[in-house]
Amino acid sequence: MTETDFTPTEMMTIAAARALKNTDVCFVGIGAPSAACNIARLTHAPDVTLIYESGTIGTAPSVLPLSIGDGELCDTAVTTVSVPEMFRYWLQGGRVTVGFLGAAQIDRFGNINTTVIGDYDHPKTRLPGGGGAPEIASSCGEIFITLKQSRRAMVEKIDFFTSFGHGEGGDHRARLGIATKGPTLMVTDLAVWRTDPVTHEFTVVLLHPGVTREMVQAECGWTVRFADEVGETPSPTELELTTLRDLNARTKAAHSGTNTGEAA
Amino acid sequence: MAQFMTLPEAVAQNLTTGDTAAFEGFTHLIPHASAHEALRQGVKDLTLVRMTPDLVYDQMIGMGAVRKLIFSYAGNPGVGLLRRLRDSVENGWPHALEIEEHSHAAMANAYEAGAAGLPFAVLRGYKGAELARVNPNIRSVTCPFTGEVLAAVPAIRPDVTFIHAQKADRKGNVLIEGIVGVQKEAVLAAKRAVVTVEEIVDDLDAHPNACVLPGWTVSAICLVPGGAHPSYAHGYYPRDNASYIAWDKIAADRDTFLAWMKQNVLDARPEDFDDRVSHLRSRS
Repeated sequence: MTETDFTPTEMMTIAAARALKNTDVCFVGIGAPSAACNIARLTHAPDVTLIYESGTIGTAPSVLPLSIGDGELCDTAVTTVSVPEMFRYWLQGGRVTVGFLGAAQIDRFGNINTTVIGDYDHPKTRLPGGGGAPEIASSCGEIFITLKQSRRAMVEKIDFFTSFGHGEGGDHRARLGIATKGPTLMVTDLAVWRTDPVTHEFTVVLLHPGVTREMVQAECGWTVRFADEVGETPSPTELELTTLRDLNARTKAAHSGTNTGEAA
Repeated sequence: MAQFMTLPEAVAQNLTTGDTAAFEGFTHLIPHASAHEALRQGVKDLTLVRMTPDLVYDQMIGMGAVRKLIFSYAGNPGVGLLRRLRDSVENGWPHALEIEEHSHAAMANAYEAGAAGLPFAVLRGYKGAELARVNPNIRSVTCPFTGEVLAAVPAIRPDVTFIHAQKADRKGNVLIEGIVGVQKEAVLAAKRAVVTVEEIVDDLDAHPNACVLPGWTVSAICLVPGGAHPSYAHGYYPRDNASYIAWDKIAADRDTFLAWMKQNVLDARPEDFDDRVSHLRSRS
């Protein structure tokens, strides 16, 4: 297989999927994280426990849900609990090892904004808000983040701290009394990043095949830090790529063709 | 004790201009038919509560029925932003909207506190999160046993909660199945509750631990098949994802939105929901 056989988005999803272990209990964010988590489940981690905030625990959908509460999540789950129970017993109770989040806007310390662009009271763009993210970010054992790189998304300073990553870096989490690890991994369409053990700044450790340091910097709003030794992300295997494309095709078919043009 | 009546009667008897109202549903069982009836009756100045305001709150905000929104995630799930909400917050159209914004964990806890008759909810939350700076209702308490500082938010106590459920029996006991969300808490936290159902049956045939609201916790029950569309009713019809995708374009333009609302809401009836899900039932 040559490097042109897959898209940057496919590489991102597959590299993100590889981060999950078979024993993980993962709180799944909608969008890019949902695809990555299900690819993990369909390839190397068949027993990974996927949790969506709608209350579905141990779910195994055959197509990617459009929302976090599609019926198939419930049909295929080990159990479905109420939303208060989900946030109290399972998330706050410390049962979740990994929170997998996307981000509208992120900084080098993994702080995420999904609330507003601009001033809170007079926003330029009103985004959906935090949903489960503020407590996912503080209650899960660690946080993985996946997003497509752009200067608009990866910024020097986020407009609003929807969910706390490492704050100003260093021991800022510990100073706020947060005992969990916070963001440890970020997978973009160009690279795999890990947080520095001391400064907690995201650092590029792997470049995806065909990607240069200049390409990563061109799509990032802060000055990118690279590890002393930067490796290359292994290309997708035939199995990973086939699994992802089949999942995307099933999902596309399932989400189209039901609209009658009548009332929504 | 639950009374069986038509949806127009139930809305007229239980929802008044100026009320704090929750039309709850966590992606599943969203009470669209009830919200549309509220719009037809011209109820205004509402404080709307919901964890996940989506299309139907976008519609109510765009029609000018809402004074204040208490929420934790306002989006079109899997599609994008709510364009009528944005127009209200960013441009003040049709009028400005007061917002009180929380996280899901806080809202879920606040409903539970409301159902439990407590004045506030406590959670290990909002750590480092900036919502605590912009929302004066996010405060803290110190644990009297350990000294840990925890977040506190006021209980949610709606004047009225509207939900949609699969079925009720003839005594008015209500069964909710599938993703049950926060509806049980939202009903028990409210002064009044209106439930629309897919069907009314002789026997709920429910598992001993099923999510059942006894008839005496509910004010009114209305038979409205399809009443959750384009949301779904587990076991009856699936989520109409294509309608959620289509909403993004409808809501993008004020005139398109208003024309759509006239045709599909103001000039429509609760009975129309049954037709809207007829093509979906075979897929469930």
